[in-house]
Amino acid sequence: MPDTAVSPASTATETRELTYGEAVNAALRRCLDEIPETLLYGEDIATPGGVFGVTRGLRRDFGDRVFDTPISESAILGSAVGAAMLGRRPIVEIMWVDFSLVAFDQVVNQLANVRYVSRGELTAPVTIRTQQGSAPGACAQHSQSLEALFLHVPGLRVCMPWTAQDAYDLLVAAVHSDDPVLVIENRTLYPTGKGPVRLGGPVQTPGGLRVRRKGSDATVVTWGAMTARVLEAAATLAEQGISLEVLETVWLNPFPTDEVVASAARTGALAVVHEANTTGGFGAEVVARVAGAGVALRVPPLRLGLPDSRVPAAPSLVAGLLPGAGDISESVRDWLHSA
Amino acid sequence: MTATDAAAGSATATALADLRQVWRMRAFEERVRELRLAGDAVGSIHLGIGQEGVAVGASGLIGPDDAVFATYRGHSWAIACGVEPEALFAEILGRATGVNGGRGGSAHLTAPGHGFFGENSIVGAGAPIACGAALAGRHDGTDRVALTVFGDGAMNQGAVHEAMNFAAAFSLPVVFLCENNSWSELTPIDEMVGQPELFRRAAGYGMPGERIDGNDPEQVRDRLGDAFEVAREGGGPTLVEAMTQRLVGHYIGDADQYRRPGERERDAENEPVALLTRRLRDAGTSDDDIAGAERAAREEMESASAAALAAPLADPTTAKEHLYA
Ligand SMILES: Cc1ncc(C[n+]2csc(CCOP(=O)(O)OP(=O)(O)O)c2C)c(N)n1
Ligand SMILES: [Mg+2]
Repeated sequence: MPDTAVSPASTATETRELTYGEAVNAALRRCLDEIPETLLYGEDIATPGGVFGVTRGLRRDFGDRVFDTPISESAILGSAVGAAMLGRRPIVEIMWVDFSLVAFDQVVNQLANVRYVSRGELTAPVTIRTQQGSAPGACAQHSQSLEALFLHVPGLRVCMPWTAQDAYDLLVAAVHSDDPVLVIENRTLYPTGKGPVRLGGPVQTPGGLRVRRKGSDATVVTWGAMTARVLEAAATLAEQGISLEVLETVWLNPFPTDEVVASAARTGALAVVHEANTTGGFGAEVVARVAGAGVALRVPPLRLGLPDSRVPAAPSLVAGLLPGAGDISESVRDWLHSA
Repeated sequence: MTATDAAAGSATATALADLRQVWRMRAFEERVRELRLAGDAVGSIHLGIGQEGVAVGASGLIGPDDAVFATYRGHSWAIACGVEPEALFAEILGRATGVNGGRGGSAHLTAPGHGFFGENSIVGAGAPIACGAALAGRHDGTDRVALTVFGDGAMNQGAVHEAMNFAAAFSLPVVFLCENNSWSELTPIDEMVGQPELFRRAAGYGMPGERIDGNDPEQVRDRLGDAFEVAREGGGPTLVEAMTQRLVGHYIGDADQYRRPGERERDAENEPVALLTRRLRDAGTSDDDIAGAERAAREEMESASAAALAAPLADPTTAKEHLYA
């Protein structure tokens, strides 16, 4: 069954200078505008406009389809499941991915099962917007990168935009998807990335990747805010004569396995860099897929991420754990030289 | 001196001691705010300025075997448990000498040696954990009371509901203390519940519940004291809803522009420094004594924070220490 029961009212495009956060707002505005079945709700998102200001103005413009909720993640997510079963297209916000854990049942046991168990008689076109990651001073319960937990759950789509354009495009695609989609944003990006964003236009289908840099010595797969550090590292290494191909896999489910395999086969080396813990991180899956495809690598694959650890609050301690651009370039250079 | 005079005299002495303790908490947090604005501390920091009356009233009730579970807005609760301000400043400043060596930070302070089982940055998560502390007391021969402190907004979290029923079903010595400051971040609690008198939920669980003035440490001591006593003597849990107000934003940096008309004026009149100052003036306490409470607190926090600032930052090479699994 094709995704998108609803078709956009307009495919007119315009380009505006927006930050990442403003691009999210524009995507929500478009969806609320074009899809009358959408609802938008979550904690502090309506009257206050969101704790990061991302949903500002939407309550004013769309009335009671946009509303604030109690601090009740199970009720937020569970009601989204139920409303979706009955024909609405809810977009809900979980302020920090860490808070989704108090309502994991509604995501894993409920949301992800609806379409499958009903043999497609029902769909659960729920979009969960959340954000994650480390930021200076944030405590252990507000710093985790949990995408792998969700990627272990079939039936759920997962994407992680890094640019303002993708913050817009991926969210619009998510809302149009008839499968539930988790859109994992990053709070450190909301005020950043100001630049031209194309609004309107055809809705993308979930999937695909961004080739952020072409290269020949190694393929580096990354996603989310880590992309910036990887690109910085790639620029440094380019000056030293090492040419990295940087693939930003904005969609993690569906994952662009073929494209990653093809790139790794071409460069003969594969590294995966993410902010999440390495053990059980999605990087392990990427490595497994490339290995499973029989790609002959000239150097064993490299995984970089948070060394398995809780996340401390003190910035000086975080600096000792999370790989920065300098750590990445050093690790990649040593790794390639070991070949 | 008549017996009534003596009672009045000791009530005044108590009020002055309370004012001193309120000022210690407030001076601590005002200093934290300066450090945050100066960039010495980073990240989200939630102040309880205005809410100190609750923690001050509770502080004398917490016994050596008791266990306190607070939220991210818990600096004052750490002080109420007797944690050294210098170690708290150091933690908030990411110093090696911090009470958690920089692992906890402002929103996850923990000092079990003081009965402070810590802050929690997941709304409502402390309540079930407090049930466990109470349960342990049943098996370890102590008469432990577990105190779990949370906000009005946390009353809408499933974990809190489960904890209340769990404690009531097993008559566990848990005191559920809801600090109702009328806001859950940027959203007013009365728009997020069908029954804004939150203490009334207690009846549904089969436990006592009452609403008290959280600005008055004396009333907190008295009413919360009853809840502690009931719990300690095997009578099970109580829900106490302490009405209070935060005079500042939800976190440092919150523009705090959502207040209702008349709210700030009412808060300024009700908050504990104003209330205790009025009470002391009426009882004839000198302005000097009243001002002395503030001055002493500011001096203490000035030197505690200076000592914390002078300590080294947490060492990055130790970041993985204390991770065993
Ligand atoms: C499970 C969960 N959901 C949401 C949040 C985000 N959050 C942090 S504080 C807060 C408001 C809590 O309000 P209240 O319980 O009244 O406590 P107060 O902040 O007023 O002390 C929210 C929604 C969180 N930390 N945990
Ligand atoms: Mg509150």
